[in-house]
Amino acid sequence: MPDTRTGSRAAVAAWQGGVAVAIVALWQWGVYARWLDPFFVSRPSDIAARVVAWIVSGAIWKHLFITLEEAIIGLTAGAVLGIGLGFVLARSPFAARVCDPYIKMLNAVPRVVLAPLFLLWFGLGIWSKVALAVTLVFFVMFFNTYQGVRDANPVVIDNARMLGASERQLVRHVLVPSALVWIFSSLQTSLGFAMVGAVVGEYLGSASGLGYVISQAEGTFDTTGVFAGMVVLGLVVVAVSLPVSRLERWLLRWKVQ
Amino acid sequence: MTMTGAALELESISRSFATPRGEAFQAVHDVSMTVARGAFLALVGPSGCGKSTLLNIIAGLLTQSRGQVRVFGEPLTGLNRRATYLFQQDALLPWKDVRDNVALGLVLSGVAHGDARARADEWLARVGLGSFSRHFPAQLSGGMRKRVAMAQNWIIDRDILLMDEPFSALDIHTRHWMETELLGLWEASGSGHTAGARKTIVFVTHDLEEAIALADEVLVLSAGPSSRIVSRHEVPLARPRNLLELRTERAFVDLYRSIWGSLRGEVIRSHRASEAAGA
Repeated sequence: MPDTRTGSRAAVAAWQGGVAVAIVALWQWGVYARWLDPFFVSRPSDIAARVVAWIVSGAIWKHLFITLEEAIIGLTAGAVLGIGLGFVLARSPFAARVCDPYIKMLNAVPRVVLAPLFLLWFGLGIWSKVALAVTLVFFVMFFNTYQGVRDANPVVIDNARMLGASERQLVRHVLVPSALVWIFSSLQTSLGFAMVGAVVGEYLGSASGLGYVISQAEGTFDTTGVFAGMVVLGLVVVAVSLPVSRLERWLLRWKVQ
Repeated sequence: MTMTGAALELESISRSFATPRGEAFQAVHDVSMTVARGAFLALVGPSGCGKSTLLNIIAGLLTQSRGQVRVFGEPLTGLNRRATYLFQQDALLPWKDVRDNVALGLVLSGVAHGDARARADEWLARVGLGSFSRHFPAQLSGGMRKRVAMAQNWIIDRDILLMDEPFSALDIHTRHWMETELLGLWEASGSGHTAGARKTIVFVTHDLEEAIALADEVLVLSAGPSSRIVSRHEVPLARPRNLLELRTERAFVDLYRSIWGSLRGEVIRSHRASEAAGA
C-alpha cells in the first residue's frame, strides 16, 4: 500500500526517468536551437557517445578502477578512524573536552588546501588521494558515531547494566547497535565524500583516475570530456550506493513500523 | 541487626541533586525501611516524591548522599547484582528480536546462545508470546512489550525485582492483566521445584489501588522535596488474590480509605507545590 505522499516504487521510478529525459531533451534542444553554445556546455548526444566510446575502447576502466580503489581505501580508513575515535571520545567526556577545539579546528581546514601538502608528503600515486578522502570521511564518521553513542537511550543502557552487562558487553550489545543508525545514515554521505576526495586529489596532480581524465579534458577545452567524466562519476556513485542502502535496510530492519 | 534475614535494609538514606541553578535539591530525606525476604512492598506517593530516586538507589544506579543500603546483609556498592529492574519506559533493545531480548541476561552471563534462546522461548510461551519470538519490539503493542520485559527480568532469576511504575503507560484493562500475570509469576516463584525462594519485590507506583491490590505492605512517601516515609500499612488480604474481583471487596475498600487518609494530604501538598512552581 503506497503512501500517497511517498508514492509507489513504479511512480517514483517513472518520475525519476522523466526528470532525466526532460533535462537531457531540454539541453539537447537548447544546443540545437543555438540558445546554448556547445563549446561551453557540449551536448548530451556527444557526451553519451564519448562515454560509450570510453567503455567500448576500455580506456576508462583503468581510471575508474584507480579512483574507486582510492575512494574505497579512503572510506574504509576514514570510517575505522572516525568510528574508533567517536567511540573513545563518547565514552570519555574528559578526553572529548580536551579534543574538542582541535577537532573543530581541523574540520574547518578546507581540504583543497591540504591537497598540495599530501602530494608533497605521499607523492603523485594513490596515497595522496587516499589521504584526502580520509580527511573528508573521517569527520563525517566521527561526528555521527560520537552523536550516535551519546544518543543511546539511557534507560536501555541502565536495563542492560541491570541485566549484567559489563562495560565491554554494553558497547557490543547497546552502544554499537545504537550508533549504527547514525553511522549508516552517514555512510551514503561518506561514500560521496570519499569519491570527491579521490577525484579532487587526482585533479590537482596525478597521472591516472577520473579526476585526471577530467582535468586533461579541461586542459584542452574539451567540455564533452569533462561532462563525460562527470557522468561516469555520477553513475558509479549511484551504482555503489545501491548495495550500501540494501545493507543499511537489512541492518536497520528492526526500525520498521 | 544485619543478620535479620531482610532482603533489603535502608538506613537513613538521603539524596540531593544539584539544580541547574547550582542549588542543592533534596529528593529524599532520612528514609529508613526494611523489606523482608519474599515480601511484596509497594511505595506510593504523589508524583515527584522521590519514589524512583529511592528505587534507583536500591538498584545501585544512583548513589545516596547519606546513609547505607544493605542487600541480604551486605552493604551495597555499585550495581545491585541481586536485583533486576522493570522500568517505566520501554527498556528493550530495539535492534534485538523478542527472543534475543529475553535471552540477553543469560547471554551476558556467558550462557551459550543456543541454550539461552531455547530458555527464552520457554519464557515467551509462559507469558503468552510464544509465536512472537522473532518479532522486533517495535512490532508489538505496549502490553506485549511489558510482558517481554517481564520475561527478560525473570529469566535470570535474581532474588529481588524492582519495579518503577511498570504498568502506568498501559490502558486499564491491559494493566489489570499484567498485574494478574505478575502476581501469578511471583506466587509461582515461591513454590514448585523450578525456583528457589520467592522473589522480593519493591513496586513503585502513584496508584494506591494498584499498590494495595498487589502488595503485602504499602509505604506512603511524602510530597517532595525532602520526601520521607509518612506511614506504613500492612495489607492483610489473602493470597492468591483475584484482582478482577478484589477491588470491590469490603476489606479492600476499607484499607483503601484508611491509607488514602494519609496519602491525600501529600497529594494535595504536591499539587499546590507544582502550581506554585508553575505560577
